[in-house]
Amino acid sequence: MRFLLLPLAVLLLTAPALARPGPDEIMEDPALEARAMVLYRQLRCVVCQSQSIGDSNADLAADMRVVVRERLLAGDSDAEVRAYLQQRYGDYVLMLPPVQANTLALWGFPIVLLLLGGGIAFFFVRRQAVREETELSAEEEAQLAALKREEGLE
Amino acid sequence: MSRFLVFAPLALFLALAGYFAVGLREDPTDIPSQLIDAPLPEFDLPPIQGFDEGLSSADLAGEVVLLNYFGSWCPPCLVEHPMLMQIARSGEVPIYGIDWRDPPGAGTAWLQRHGNPYTRIGDDASGRLAIEFGITGAPETFVIDRQGRVRYRHVGVITQDVWRETLRPMIEALREE
Repeated sequence: MRFLLLPLAVLLLTAPALARPGPDEIMEDPALEARAMVLYRQLRCVVCQSQSIGDSNADLAADMRVVVRERLLAGDSDAEVRAYLQQRYGDYVLMLPPVQANTLALWGFPIVLLLLGGGIAFFFVRRQAVREETELSAEEEAQLAALKREEGLE
Repeated sequence: MSRFLVFAPLALFLALAGYFAVGLREDPTDIPSQLIDAPLPEFDLPPIQGFDEGLSSADLAGEVVLLNYFGSWCPPCLVEHPMLMQIARSGEVPIYGIDWRDPPGAGTAWLQRHGNPYTRIGDDASGRLAIEFGITGAPETFVIDRQGRVRYRHVGVITQDVWRETLRPMIEALREE
């Protein structure tokens, strides 16, 4: 079995590297290349669902990376490159969904949940605190004293 | 008050279950086309090997047509192919094809083997035009009206049902416009 471990380890370590954009895809201008790398991670591969085009080795992802480089060379800003693909593939192509009417629930839910949970926690803790401050009634004091006597504490 | 609070987790569970029951039924690969009711992107594609004429957006003007993205490497395209042949034989609507990401000659060989349902074929070997069309996979078929606007996109294989119940009625309606 041990002879399998090394090839397996090599496979596991290199698999993510294989999915990276190839060496032939590096742009000449390092500043543009840096922007391209960031953009690859912000754009979704439309055939692989939850991967960015930078993480996917699908043919379509490679074609989309070509478009990103083409737009950068044409002088587009990062926002213009994203808008270019958004126009053709819709909001879906953006890894980070834009805040708009149909994503309000998506963005708002964590905040609502935080307020709700925070509110419940706040009232719960306060009620606990209030309860500790209440004094024993005369009857309860008498009961306590009786119990203490019974246990030989006084 | 606290008596109702006991049911809060149950209510929350039911709300989430209902949400997921709807959400998980949706097909995440079904990305709405951005081209619906928009004019077709302009293009001028070269012919595939062995053909004299390529395909340009001007070729599609003036009548209701189907525009089909295919590739010889795409198994569902082969499944769809007999349906396209049937439509082409019936003469009900011209089908234009775009050969997507095929190496030179592969599309031609594929059509020679299985038959050619296309009026004209363009070669999108680089896949650059596919991105203008917002293509996510082959086959994809667009219904284009007389004014050259995209009216409908079908993702995946055109089955008999899709043809009978969706595409044919739509083509007939568009001809009436």
